[in-house]
Amino acid sequence: MGRWAFVILIFALSIAGPVRAVQPDEVLKDATLEARARNLSRELRCMVCQNQSIDDSEAPLARDLRLLVRERLTKGDSDQQVLDFLVARYGEFVLLKPPFERHTLLLWGLPPLVLMGGLLGLWMRARRHSSPHQAPDALSEEEQRRLSTLVDPAARDH
Amino acid sequence: MIPELGHYALVLALALGLIQAVAPVIGARTNDAALMGLANSTAPMQFAFVGLSFLALIVCYVTSDFSVATVYENAHSMMPLVYKITSVWGNHEGSMLLWVLILAFFGALVGVFGRNLPSTLKAYVLAVQSWIACAFYLFILFTSNPFRRLEQAPFEGRDLNPILQDIGLAIHPPLLYLGYVGFSIAFSFAIAALIEGRIDAAWARWVRPWTLAAWMFLTAGIAMGSYWAYYELGWGGFWFWDPVENASLMPWLAGTALLHSAVVMEKRNALKIWTLLLAILAFSLSLIGTFLVRSGVLTSVHTFANDPARGVFILAILVVFIGGGLALFAWRAPLLKQGGLFAPISREGALVLNNLFLTTACLTVLVGTLYPLALEALTGEKISVGAPFFNLTFAPLFIPLMFAMPFGPLMAWKRGDILGAAQRLTVAFGAGIVAVAATFAVASQGSASLAPFGIGLAFFVMMGAVTDIVERVGLFREPLSTVRRRGSGLPRSVWGTALAHFGVGVTLLGIVSVATWASERIVALKPSQTISLAGYDLTFDGLAQRAGPNYREAVARFTVREAGIPVGLMEPSKRDFASRTTTTTEAALMTRGVSQLYLSLGDTSGDGSISVRLYYKPNVLLIWLGAVAMAIGGGLSLSDRRLRVGAPKPAAKPAMLPAE
Repeated sequence: MGRWAFVILIFALSIAGPVRAVQPDEVLKDATLEARARNLSRELRCMVCQNQSIDDSEAPLARDLRLLVRERLTKGDSDQQVLDFLVARYGEFVLLKPPFERHTLLLWGLPPLVLMGGLLGLWMRARRHSSPHQAPDALSEEEQRRLSTLVDPAARDH
Repeated sequence: MIPELGHYALVLALALGLIQAVAPVIGARTNDAALMGLANSTAPMQFAFVGLSFLALIVCYVTSDFSVATVYENAHSMMPLVYKITSVWGNHEGSMLLWVLILAFFGALVGVFGRNLPSTLKAYVLAVQSWIACAFYLFILFTSNPFRRLEQAPFEGRDLNPILQDIGLAIHPPLLYLGYVGFSIAFSFAIAALIEGRIDAAWARWVRPWTLAAWMFLTAGIAMGSYWAYYELGWGGFWFWDPVENASLMPWLAGTALLHSAVVMEKRNALKIWTLLLAILAFSLSLIGTFLVRSGVLTSVHTFANDPARGVFILAILVVFIGGGLALFAWRAPLLKQGGLFAPISREGALVLNNLFLTTACLTVLVGTLYPLALEALTGEKISVGAPFFNLTFAPLFIPLMFAMPFGPLMAWKRGDILGAAQRLTVAFGAGIVAVAATFAVASQGSASLAPFGIGLAFFVMMGAVTDIVERVGLFREPLSTVRRRGSGLPRSVWGTALAHFGVGVTLLGIVSVATWASERIVALKPSQTISLAGYDLTFDGLAQRAGPNYREAVARFTVREAGIPVGLMEPSKRDFASRTTTTTEAALMTRGVSQLYLSLGDTSGDGSISVRLYYKPNVLLIWLGAVAMAIGGGLSLSDRRLRVGAPKPAAKPAMLPAE
């Protein structure tokens, strides 16, 4: 369907003009810390955008969140602590990969369930049909009669 | 007058559509050949009238008739001609008109080229096609009329969203729609078969070319959209798992499954009911995609509730066609005769496995896309499902699928020999292992540990496709003349399959490379400063102003050197569109082999420096080249004489005539 609906939305929301994703002044000096920050940013949603991570987003709010993530990391938080902090502040909406909980049971559970169910079904079907050497059931009297009429047209008269 | 003409033509198309929706059905019921044959002429006429309507809208845009509301909202008199035309479908109303145009186009094709179809089947197919068309004509006429006039014509239009003023947009939606809407034919065939209560291998043979054509366009359309997003949106990603993309991926996954199950049905008369279901699902998912994008439900459940007219209308169409189709399926499918049986280790078995994984993948996308909406509507809780979720769930589904892929074509129908297939894949296996080892050796530093296996899998898939052809023509075993004879004797569909499967490997190679070894620099630069990345040095020469037809742009000039030798210029720019007071970033791309340097501009700061993002994307072009190979593979299969639309007569027939 094209991406324009999505694109128009981004534009409508980033009214403040083009602030590009990840500015040079945001980048941390410590390379490992910066790499962790980038990885975390990809897991976090820019809450005013449509399904964009704060790493991709141009919105000012995303920039604030990126700075916040970096601030927490420099203070020595672990990745999980940063995520916990943001969830406590903004709710689960901020996570692009929702945690496995009661209300996301179907989301996480359905695909493996269907795959397993499908495999199981195919396996059972294969087992049911996998013995071609097994003798078929003997013909019933009716079937025997129909067969003989087919094979020998003369039998039809009987 | 032109807009009224267009509007009127659309109403006439609706009138024809209504006739075509009813008459052939009555004809088929009463065995009235004239009534059934009516559809043969109404279908092309419908297309002619929708075409006239579409042409009228194009004229409105080209002549910048701002008395028409959609033209005023989406065009500008200074726009280049090509964008005046493409902006016809760069908005809701126009894109829906394109949608019905393509729907009518496919209907006309069936009407004209479907001579070999049994007359009742054809009558039902065209009637169902017309039901869909009428629903969408009504939708356009009642909620999204592109010809609505303004009381006072403004002097100038509000311009097309600048980000859409790009040649990628010109090609992307029509391709995508050809794919989406193309599945309507498979849907109509499925409904017709259910109404008739009869389905056989011939049905699959009639449906397959349509499915193949739709699939081919959808593949190309998705690839085009992905490339457009890559270079136009300015942050260098190629797939974002956003709902709009997912909306196009779902029909693709279902359509790919349908393509494969239809083969089983055509050759072995098995999987009939499943194929019917897939045909219904593929188009249903296209409709769901249309609903998701067009109703505004994605933005939030609340915007949908605030302006429900369009959304509710599409939702009603959705309920009628998907609900009706599935209900008909539940009612009639058990009455159809079951197809043949086969051993689990066989070509059919492999294709069933393919279907299981593809449909599960499709379901994953569907659940991931709709779950947040459903949860919010039901409980008010808001969650996000984004790229990390899909990346995590997709890998376990696609890795086994791709691993199994080379085995499929090497196995025999009915009862295959998996060890024999594995033996013939020895070379492909070897290529995969060598690729894994080589990747470990060359690029050990800083790469994710799984990446070499991804590369290995890609090589296995590519070599597997090559193996299929090598085995069939007997290369390295037979004398060259035999090889040549066998090669030219191979059906084109075999070449098509191999090429498409090869393409999957190519795309995988691109994705793994970019995901693992892409590098980037984000810096602020002053003129004459240099940045280095992946062996390239880029010197910022300076900033210049240029004027375009309907924008002004600031162009930054960079000289690119590789090992000190200049290899070219890169000129990323920022465009200011006064009419919309928006700025777009035009990234500069430099292609080196199949890899690309990607440069995009950020803000200028007070001290004269400009922030730039520079990416090196190794093998990135393979992602789309692979998709192109898949689409061409589809085209090759389509050109197979056996499948050619309207050419089903077996070639052997004339030779047999004297015997009669």
